[in-house]
Amino acid sequence: MGVKPKAERALLVLKDGLVFEGRSFGAPGEAIGEVVFNTSMTGYQEILTDPSYKGQIVTMTYPQIGNYGVNTEDVESGAPYAEGFIVREYLPYNSNWRSHTALGEYLKASGITAIEGIDTRALARHLREKGAQTGIISTVETDPARLLEKARAYPSIDAFDFVKIVSSKEIYTWREDVWRWPEGLSLKEEGAPAAGKKKIIAYDFGIKFNILRSLVRYGFDVTVVPALTPAEEVLEAAPDAVLFSNGPGDPRTTTYAVENAKKLLGKKPVLGICLGHQILGLALGGDIYKLKFGHHGGNHPVMDIRTGKVEITAQNHNYCVDIKSLRGKAVLTHKNLYDGTEEGMMHSELPVMSVQHHPEAGPGPGDASHIFSRFREMID
Amino acid sequence: MPKRTDIEKILIIGSGPIVIGQACEFDYSGTQACKALREEGYKVVLVNSNPATIMTDPEIADATYIEPLTADSLEKILEKERPQAILPTMGGQTALNLAVEMSMKGTLEKLGIELIGARLESIRKAEDRQLFRDSMRNIGLEVPKSVIVFSLEEGLGHIEEIGFPAILRPAFTLGGTGGGVVYNMEEYRELLEKGLKLSLNHQVLVEESVLGWKEYELEVMRDMHDNVVIICSIENFDPMGVHTGDSITVAPAQTLTDKEYQRMRDAAIAIIREIGVDTGGSNIQFALHPETGRMTVIEMNPRVSRSSALASKATGFPIAKIAAKLAVGLALNEIPNSITRETPASFEPAIDYVVTKIPRFAFEKFPEADPQLTTQMKSVGEVMAIGRTFKESLQKAIRSLETGSYGLEPIHMGNDELVSKLKVPNPSRLWAVGEALRQGFSVEKVHRLTMIDPWFIENIKEIIETEEGIQPITDGQYAAYKQGALPASGLFGDNDITGLKGLGFSDRRLAYLTGRTEAEIRQIRKREGLRAVYKMVDTCAAEFKAFTPYLYSTWEKPFYTIGEAPAAQCEAAPSGRKKAIILGSGPNRIGQGIEFDYCCVHAVFALKELGYETIMVNCNPETVSTDYDTADRLYFEPLTIEDVMNIIEVEKPEGVIVQFGGQTPLKLAIPLEREGVRIMGTTPDAIDRAEDRRRFRELLDKLGFRQPQSDTASSVEEALAAAAHIGYPVMVRPSYVLGGRAMEIVYDDEALTGYMQRAVLASPDHPVLIDKYLEDAVEVDVDAVSDGHDVFIGGVMEHIEEAGIHSGDSACSIPPYSLDARTVDEIERQAKALALELGVVGLMNVQFAIKDRDIYILEVNPRASRTVPFVSKATGVPLAKIAAKLMAGITLKELGLASEEAGRRKGPAKKHVAVKEAVFPFDRFNGVDPILGPEMKSTGEVMGIDRNFGLAFAKAQNATRNRIPEAGKIFFSLRDKDKPASVALARRLSEMGFGIVATKGTARHLAQHGIHVESVNKLMESRPNVVDLIKNRELSFIVNTISDARAHKDSYYIRQNALHYGVPYTTTISGARAVVEAIESLKTGAYSIRPIQEYNRH
Repeated sequence: MGVKPKAERALLVLKDGLVFEGRSFGAPGEAIGEVVFNTSMTGYQEILTDPSYKGQIVTMTYPQIGNYGVNTEDVESGAPYAEGFIVREYLPYNSNWRSHTALGEYLKASGITAIEGIDTRALARHLREKGAQTGIISTVETDPARLLEKARAYPSIDAFDFVKIVSSKEIYTWREDVWRWPEGLSLKEEGAPAAGKKKIIAYDFGIKFNILRSLVRYGFDVTVVPALTPAEEVLEAAPDAVLFSNGPGDPRTTTYAVENAKKLLGKKPVLGICLGHQILGLALGGDIYKLKFGHHGGNHPVMDIRTGKVEITAQNHNYCVDIKSLRGKAVLTHKNLYDGTEEGMMHSELPVMSVQHHPEAGPGPGDASHIFSRFREMID
Repeated sequence: MPKRTDIEKILIIGSGPIVIGQACEFDYSGTQACKALREEGYKVVLVNSNPATIMTDPEIADATYIEPLTADSLEKILEKERPQAILPTMGGQTALNLAVEMSMKGTLEKLGIELIGARLESIRKAEDRQLFRDSMRNIGLEVPKSVIVFSLEEGLGHIEEIGFPAILRPAFTLGGTGGGVVYNMEEYRELLEKGLKLSLNHQVLVEESVLGWKEYELEVMRDMHDNVVIICSIENFDPMGVHTGDSITVAPAQTLTDKEYQRMRDAAIAIIREIGVDTGGSNIQFALHPETGRMTVIEMNPRVSRSSALASKATGFPIAKIAAKLAVGLALNEIPNSITRETPASFEPAIDYVVTKIPRFAFEKFPEADPQLTTQMKSVGEVMAIGRTFKESLQKAIRSLETGSYGLEPIHMGNDELVSKLKVPNPSRLWAVGEALRQGFSVEKVHRLTMIDPWFIENIKEIIETEEGIQPITDGQYAAYKQGALPASGLFGDNDITGLKGLGFSDRRLAYLTGRTEAEIRQIRKREGLRAVYKMVDTCAAEFKAFTPYLYSTWEKPFYTIGEAPAAQCEAAPSGRKKAIILGSGPNRIGQGIEFDYCCVHAVFALKELGYETIMVNCNPETVSTDYDTADRLYFEPLTIEDVMNIIEVEKPEGVIVQFGGQTPLKLAIPLEREGVRIMGTTPDAIDRAEDRRRFRELLDKLGFRQPQSDTASSVEEALAAAAHIGYPVMVRPSYVLGGRAMEIVYDDEALTGYMQRAVLASPDHPVLIDKYLEDAVEVDVDAVSDGHDVFIGGVMEHIEEAGIHSGDSACSIPPYSLDARTVDEIERQAKALALELGVVGLMNVQFAIKDRDIYILEVNPRASRTVPFVSKATGVPLAKIAAKLMAGITLKELGLASEEAGRRKGPAKKHVAVKEAVFPFDRFNGVDPILGPEMKSTGEVMGIDRNFGLAFAKAQNATRNRIPEAGKIFFSLRDKDKPASVALARRLSEMGFGIVATKGTARHLAQHGIHVESVNKLMESRPNVVDLIKNRELSFIVNTISDARAHKDSYYIRQNALHYGVPYTTTISGARAVVEAIESLKTGAYSIRPIQEYNRH
């Protein structure tokens, strides 16, 4: 204890020349990626470990980060995937009964570079006005001009296929249930077919554990397959349904996934979430567009068009499906009430549904979790 | 879904007078609700007995009834107005209870009136302990375990399921005696036995203790389509055991992971659905075990609350306004978010700052009361501060309190005392935490003693350790710095000044820590080009553009574009318009409350009308003034010279208005003027001329007006000499406190000597002031406005209680009810002359005492007074608004108020009487004597208005719950002086059929004068005694007057029992006289119900 140790200096430089001087609180080194901001007030551990953030540096708009440390349960994947982390104030006090380690220690151990002590609100406003853009955090380089050069030389995020990097290389089954008090994370019994369980194969494009946990919760036997798994192999396993998961980057780089989707549509009921939703959109022949600075947070209102009900949703995406381009094939089922963008669709004839937001929450509200039960009903 | 068309007229119930637990937050919510419903095209009828509210302004509702909040008067109003619906969720517990009462009585059904916002069934499910517990179990949520036991055996049998520690609450014992916390079997057995014995029905509630658990609150909203959103989460700094109103609280929750927060959120949503609050907001409280995360539901308020006002200010989401719209059937997504304009209200605010609320207490007013904080609320006000970090917002909140603290100053005490200050929650525990850390207590130890979450303690430790690293700046260093020989970085040890300001340190605290002056610290800051920047409260953490300039200061670090100079980002974007800053009144406290906020809001309205851009600065989250819809721009900031100057430097206003917010802004008048700021209206020099005793005396001498004789004394000898030439009784008070603190009336040398010995701080610089006390004088208050050339008398108020009782605690009447026209004319003439001589531009209040037809001037205050809203409501002339216009250069002539005729027309020609009565918090403080004196103790006020004094007074009394008796026995126990006057009163009462009861001396006197009187024993005499009569509810009114401190003690038990058993009482003979008149008026005719709009139709 004592006064926080004097931290190393760190710099954040954006591609358009903006420079923020702060302190390092993660691993020494450099991080480069697309700088985005997330408005969630809780859930930094889930955010850091969400593979969809591959290629991105995340700015938390909530200024006090680290308050409850990190624990062994609130992970969305095996490791942090964000390229870098930006906060207003890092607090090493990790006060919580489940806390395991201080966030800074965790970032250092995971090799994630992080900067604190900068005006994150000014940064978020800048990104809102100018759009998400490449940025670089460095604890080693002190000359902003050189960092600017690096940022400018860095290719656009749209060009990368991050899915191949983050997807599992192996097939595996998943039995962990969603977190509950006081049990925490627990394993569901091995599938007893009598219990009416359905078999689902989940394509891992960077899948969040909470999707898998939610599937378990809603009565699925879950098998996870790598992103490149051919549709034929999936069909051979004879699942009751297929899930296209969330994941990082531009769906247009994942042509293999789009092709697999085309092959599975009509053969199996399909649920798409986030990137999975976009891949389904492409497979149905639709168009994709990129948002100025994306949706990243836990407070977006989404209307279920059929019921008129509004749900508060977890969001994390930069691209959207233009549902108008799918006229006659799919109908819009969910709409974002902030900016009117498409949040979900359902195929006009086939048992295919998908949402742009995150019904599995983690982090964020679970208002939309009924998407899983609705899907479950669809295949029953 | 469209809004309901089957409703045209809606009645809103206000919360009545300001009391502890119900303050201006309900003026804020009620005003919002009225505006919101009228915006949707509904007719709004409002009932509230509190005239000092914006909601009771005639423009806010279609029909406004300033009438008692009783079933009786509400029924009359409902019958007259025939609304289709009542919205009972805007006026606190008062409104909710009244709505339930009307509903249970069948009145609503009879009249075909519907409750909207919360149905009867939901209110009962939320309020009834057992129903609530059952509901929580239905949805699988825990509540603290409890069991009711009737015997020791039963108790021993159940303790296992409850566990230790357990809380024992015996039923029906005086003031909760016999209860407590037990930690083991032995203590349990002992306390249970005792509790069962003490309880009248041998019943003890044994409850699982959640003391020390983490406490959270969620503000939830639901619409008719079952859409639910959480507006704000709040984490209490003080753990369970301290009422949330008395706790330091922080938004948003700080120490919950997302999983834990979502679990609480899901629970809150399930609760609002289960309780069945169809539309509107609710506040739900949770306790969380710090080591296991076990969560229990504590309670739910199915209405807007103090917490929802705080949440509204903390997030920018106007809960009351939206709740009102939901109540008429609108959906959350059909209502726009007025801050972002483009997005709907169906969302959950994301905030990118930390909000800290600190309560403000008034224990200095009640020295007999125990300052321990418990589950019963005792604070009288609160402040809120916004910062980018907890540390910053905490330090801003501290200096917002105006208790003379500018940071975590040391408190000098030994280890044992410190430990007990930490263990037992009390108003200064925050500073004790700081002190403990300074003395080397570990975070762990402080946590163990206080159960405050270590996260908060660690943050405070950071502040303390930073302070420890700051060394005095020597004169040499400072000189070297000024000459450029020493860089600023050399001045503050390891810290750079930007970092220090970022931690929330005020210039004043830094000055103290470095041994420099505040001005020097400011100079260093300026030299370094360091200034506060302003950020917006935008509901969305910068995700969308915001349009409402609701701002707070912070000290963000600069950034830059390569090749350009670094700068910190400020979002203030001041306009070039003609503008004025209005300084608010800070936290509510006794002596400075809602009346001043009312005046500030009126100043805003008036200046807007004149085309000014209005800028409000205030730090009280309960108020209408801090509604971002009130002024054009809102700065939620502490009212210190530093914070205000920072705003002035950014905004560059034409002037600043300091005369509406009470002492808070007034204190800043001279410092601001010194900084070259223009003070609008009456000059600070004129204010000083009225406040400085010597200058004031010269002023009165010049005008030839009379003043009670006075003198000053710095020692016992001087005091005795002064009293000798003035003559007893005298009023004594220290010169360094305001608001009547430590004022006393003394009748002899002994008492004066005692006072002087207690007033240890008396010194040549701060002498004790000794004034002739005009016994039995009538006190009169005058509120007037002036433009410097003409004066308009707003109202002449005659007090009911005699001079010597603080004017804030006295009832008063407009117009005067006993003074003759000649005296009133002379009072008006003197008030006018004073205003012109002082050069008042704006408001002025004068206090007069009239004794034997002689007029004395007690005090002149060239600023807003507590009575301004009352006068405005009583006469229909909005004095504060007029005053603000005069301050902006408009003349009374231009407003048509200059001529004598205008004054006359608005004055005595009125055919109604308005009476103001004060409301006291005595029931909150065990052991406090409810006697009135020169020190103000009331928290709020009510108004009664009717065609004569008796009826108006009766209404005012009924509105305070000190009900006018209709039958029964009236008890007298009087000091000798009052005995002659009581004869006539007793006779009149007797003639009206009341029984007269009196203690022996009083009874003898009354009997001698032919009154049929029943004599009763005092407490120390044999039984049955007066206390038995009180307990048996045989007395319907108590008149108890006393002469001196000793007599106070002797008769204290009478007032204490009256208070405890809710028997109405008065402690002055003048009060008794008014009560008798009220009874007579009620006997001759019932009171009428009329909206305020009709009373003042010109």
